Amino acid sequence: MSTSSTGGPAAGTTRVQGSGATGARTTRTFEFAPGEVDRDDPLHGELMELNMGPQHPATHGVLRIKVVLDGEHMVEVEPDVGYLHRGKEKTCESLGWRKFFVHTDRLDYLQPLMNNCAYALALEKLAGMQVPERGQTIRVLLMELSRVMAHLIYLGTTSIDLGAVTMFFFTFSERERIYTLLDAYTGHRMNNTYIRIGGVYADVEPAVEREIRAWLDQFPKKIDEFEKMLTGNRIWFDRNRNIGTLTPEMCKAWSLTGPNLRGSGVEWDLRKKQPYSGYEHYDFEIPVGTIGDCYDRYAVRIEEMRQSVRICQQALDRLEKSRGAEFLEQDRRYVLPPKGLVHTSMEELIHQFKIVTDMALPKGEAYHAVESSKGELGFFLASDGTSHPLRCHIRAPGLMNVQAIPAIAEGRLFSDMVSIIGSLDFVMGEVDR
Amino acid sequence: MSTWEGFLIALVKTVVIFGTVVQVAALMTLAERKFSAWMQYRIGPNRVGPFGLLQPLADGVKFIFKEELTPDGANKWLFRAAPILAALPAMMTIAVIPFTPDIVIGGRNFGSLAVADLDVGILYILALGGLAIYGVILGGWASNSKYSLMGSLRASAQMISYELTLILTILAVVVMSGSLNLREIVESQPTVGHWHIWTQPLAFVMFVVATFAETNRHPFDFSECEPELVGGFHTEYSAMKWAMFYIGEYSAMTMMACLTVVLFLGGWSVPFWESAPWFVCLAAFLAKTSVFLFLFLWVRWSLPRFRFDQLMRLGWKVFLPLALINLLVTGALVSLF
Repeated sequence: MSTSSTGGPAAGTTRVQGSGATGARTTRTFEFAPGEVDRDDPLHGELMELNMGPQHPATHGVLRIKVVLDGEHMVEVEPDVGYLHRGKEKTCESLGWRKFFVHTDRLDYLQPLMNNCAYALALEKLAGMQVPERGQTIRVLLMELSRVMAHLIYLGTTSIDLGAVTMFFFTFSERERIYTLLDAYTGHRMNNTYIRIGGVYADVEPAVEREIRAWLDQFPKKIDEFEKMLTGNRIWFDRNRNIGTLTPEMCKAWSLTGPNLRGSGVEWDLRKKQPYSGYEHYDFEIPVGTIGDCYDRYAVRIEEMRQSVRICQQALDRLEKSRGAEFLEQDRRYVLPPKGLVHTSMEELIHQFKIVTDMALPKGEAYHAVESSKGELGFFLASDGTSHPLRCHIRAPGLMNVQAIPAIAEGRLFSDMVSIIGSLDFVMGEVDR
Repeated sequence: MSTWEGFLIALVKTVVIFGTVVQVAALMTLAERKFSAWMQYRIGPNRVGPFGLLQPLADGVKFIFKEELTPDGANKWLFRAAPILAALPAMMTIAVIPFTPDIVIGGRNFGSLAVADLDVGILYILALGGLAIYGVILGGWASNSKYSLMGSLRASAQMISYELTLILTILAVVVMSGSLNLREIVESQPTVGHWHIWTQPLAFVMFVVATFAETNRHPFDFSECEPELVGGFHTEYSAMKWAMFYIGEYSAMTMMACLTVVLFLGGWSVPFWESAPWFVCLAAFLAKTSVFLFLFLWVRWSLPRFRFDQLMRLGWKVFLPLALINLLVTGALVSLF
């Protein structure tokens, strides 16, 4: 793994590769063409249809995959989604603008604050609102912590699928520390619902800032430990290199985004290309892979965690400078007044009543996407000027990731399925919505 | 020594050795859980008895009282026979392992602490050890489950690719010591300098890797393969039948650790103390064995799993030629000097 500091922020790109010793070596790919086999030949026998999931340890939730096997080779792969469908988009339309925040937590439940932010940004775009700088900085901090959390889960679950069970506990103990930090700040470990239209619910305490900084200082060493366990490990290398290779064209065809796209060498990151929440002011690099196989996607995610730490540290520096500044836009059409004022002021009481019962957004359409840990997470909102959305659509990157499974799994060994599922990284809560 | 006296001595030795092996297998389940817990920031079982020492007993009671399920369409007899087939061979092969030199108490010689002193000890171990895989193959096949079937198919493919290496590396040691008798193999390495780990380092490495495959342990546990095959050959097994597979696995680990010590680490020989009394020798043997038992746990909780075709490639394309060359060179050198 090479973090090319020479490239610098101007280049903005880090090319990740396998560590020196293993990077040059490649394993022979398995050549197998299912179409060429003569099925009447008794030597080849019958195909076996295997139902993988919806309850299966490697499908990361309730994904069902129908696999047709010729011995150990997968001839046909068909993912079947929908086992966790809860009608979130329809729920948004019936609940109204504000109350849906709680439900965004439950989409990709490994990064609730990221979903909060994505939804809030779409709402703000529709309402034409600005967020104060401190509010944006807090959001960036929370989003990057969410990204690290989600990548830690990716690393842990993929390792456990490939047999490195101990890694799972290593990554989970780090994730647990982030949960403790979020608990200290938001009062919740999971499902925080802390982002509001126009900013965040409450300011960060200096003590919490210090705790986050202390955690950030030791985390890169932990990433080094993870890498010691996996990056140069020959077994890990063999199980991931040249497996599930996605070319940039395939990525485009399947509209893959995020680390899966960057693993294929395409330098596309919304934080750089379409900056939001003030990402343009941060100094960080986009890691991209070379081949686009499972190993590259792993390397990209590892490097992204390091970059997230950098962004978090810069965000903390900014927070220190802007301490005491406004973090929530005081726009009384959409933002609740402080409770003290509600009790004493007639206007504020009316505002509160109006927002809680019947907060209407202007007529129009808005789409805003953020770079989530899985890819482009976007919310499309259509408003007819009432308190309820006309239409809410969630562009969940996980769904696209699931779609790509057959393209890279067919013709490969059944054991590779777990590498592929793990490296594509999706959460069924988001895929099925 | 009268006949009944000899019979009594043999009986005592048998009870001691088999009792110990079953106990060690049970304690290994606890050790596995404890060591893995310590490696993973956890505490491990500590509720039953001091330090959770009685946990294996509690597990045993639980397994006996659990409901036994037999899947529809399973071949009932093979389904029942498979766990026994998996558990027995490891316990039977331990019979020829010599744990101590001749035990002399009060001027009387009771012989070595071994159930049998066979001249074809190695052949006996290989013959019976090869049977253990049938438990896995039949268990998977008889379950009438696709996942189990794949597990057992992998096990059979795996067996072919590692057994040859295992046998060839053992042969190299046999050539060095000039005997198939385990006791004589131990006696051929009286001091640390004579240990076959120094004279046969390549064979030692390959043998240790092959033992991981032989015992179906991680990183070669393709027939189980938790994430893909959901338990593989034992997916459909429950209660005591399932536990029998595990007793088999842990006994096999104990057995292979003992065999490694006998073949490569001088068996009971105590470093730098050639005339050590028999109980010191026994302690040395057990200490060496526990090192290898720990190695099994250490590797399992550190490394990712191979893909099964990667083991095949390793077995056929790397280990087999290397083991053959090693045997050839060993044979040539031994006959020359």
